[in-house]
Amino acid sequence: MRLILAATALSLTFAGVAFAQQPVPPGEQPVEPYVQSNANAGATPMRDKAVLEAFHGKEGIARITSDLVDRNIADPRIKDIFATADVVRLKRTLSEQFCYILAGPASDGGCDYTGKDMSATHQYQGITPRDFNILVENLQKAMDKEGVPFAAQNKLLAKLAPMSRQVIERR
Amino acid sequence: MAAVAATLAFGSGAVQAAEAEPGGKLLLTGGVSALEGGGGGGVATWALIGGNETSRGVGGSVHATYVNVPDYELRSAGVTLGLFDRVELSLARQDFDTGATGAKLGLGQGFTFKQTVAGVKVRLIGDAVYDQDTWLPQVAVGAQFKQNDQPAIVRAVGAQDDTGIDYYAAATKVLLDRSLVVSGAVRLTKANQTGLLGFGGDKHDRYGAQFEGSAGWLVSKRLLVGAEYRTKPDNLGFAKEDDWADVFVAYAFSKTLSVTAAYADLGDIATFRNQRGLYVSLQAGF
Repeated sequence: MRLILAATALSLTFAGVAFAQQPVPPGEQPVEPYVQSNANAGATPMRDKAVLEAFHGKEGIARITSDLVDRNIADPRIKDIFATADVVRLKRTLSEQFCYILAGPASDGGCDYTGKDMSATHQYQGITPRDFNILVENLQKAMDKEGVPFAAQNKLLAKLAPMSRQVIERR
Repeated sequence: MAAVAATLAFGSGAVQAAEAEPGGKLLLTGGVSALEGGGGGGVATWALIGGNETSRGVGGSVHATYVNVPDYELRSAGVTLGLFDRVELSLARQDFDTGATGAKLGLGQGFTFKQTVAGVKVRLIGDAVYDQDTWLPQVAVGAQFKQNDQPAIVRAVGAQDDTGIDYYAAATKVLLDRSLVVSGAVRLTKANQTGLLGFGGDKHDRYGAQFEGSAGWLVSKRLLVGAEYRTKPDNLGFAKEDDWADVFVAYAFSKTLSVTAAYADLGDIATFRNQRGLYVSLQAGF
């Protein structure tokens, strides 16, 4: 009985931690509390060393995601979608997401994704298939700039493509 | 509609919400124009819907194709209309020019068979590009209504009809993690040399199931190289009809302009053997 109570208290504590206001990273705006989980990344890790190397590791991934966000917010076709976005947070969570997908969780030497899930992050943005494809094109340009070979690019795109079901709101 | 209202309220500016959007498809994901019109490879029909539109718009393309084999020339031109990435309407005109061979066949120098092909294709399930977490391909069914302009001649060589309808089901899948495109189709047809020599024959006059298969490797986002195979019926007594095969290169200069070049083996045509040669197709679309 004592054990069960202790376990309950412990799980409540964990739940409390998960829901508690996260410390706001420098440069970012606070967000409403939500449950953080790598499952929010919307894809399972690839665990392919060669692909990770083709992306030039975590540093390459961070450059690509930063460049991708810069391209999107400058792209007249889709920049309005990002008008109210927290760009610092977007770059960090997007980098975490790609890193988790390409390199696995932090416990495996990769990254943990701390952002919201794909439905929550894209809700009410009214994203269309065309918007989604423009984002893919900008990602291809960012990966080209980093010098990621086309075949490796497609392995990441294969992981991202099914997210269209959560991301695209207006079909 | 709720999402649209919310978007407007959030001020993120998707004011064009209710309007149809032109374009938006990824490069090459509408396929190129097949010989009989509509989205496909060269000689094979794919499940992809032609045009650059997404599910929220209308797209279209025009194509011109030229095939030069030793004893014949084949020219094709047509238009394709893609509606909401769901329905494809196509119209193609094929000219089968017998050139000097026409005289040897007793048809006269430069005798040309002409065929008009009106096609309709409907995507039933799947998305060849997005559905990367499942083996389920994009599946479409379609029909091609064909009218040959030489009823007397095609009957003289044994064909039973100068008009025919092909019915097909096609499945196409982009295997992104392998940078591959694979496609297969089953076609119910009575057409002799796709209908250029009429429909049905003195040997056989029943619908038969034929197969079309394509496999391509995406070298870059603009470049697809691959091969195709298409089985054909053999209905006419006077000349055996062979399967078709080709190796092709499709290159997208932009979203609006692409070219397909192929080396095609059309086998024996109307008793003239080993018709192999160059296939070139230009396509412009929106």
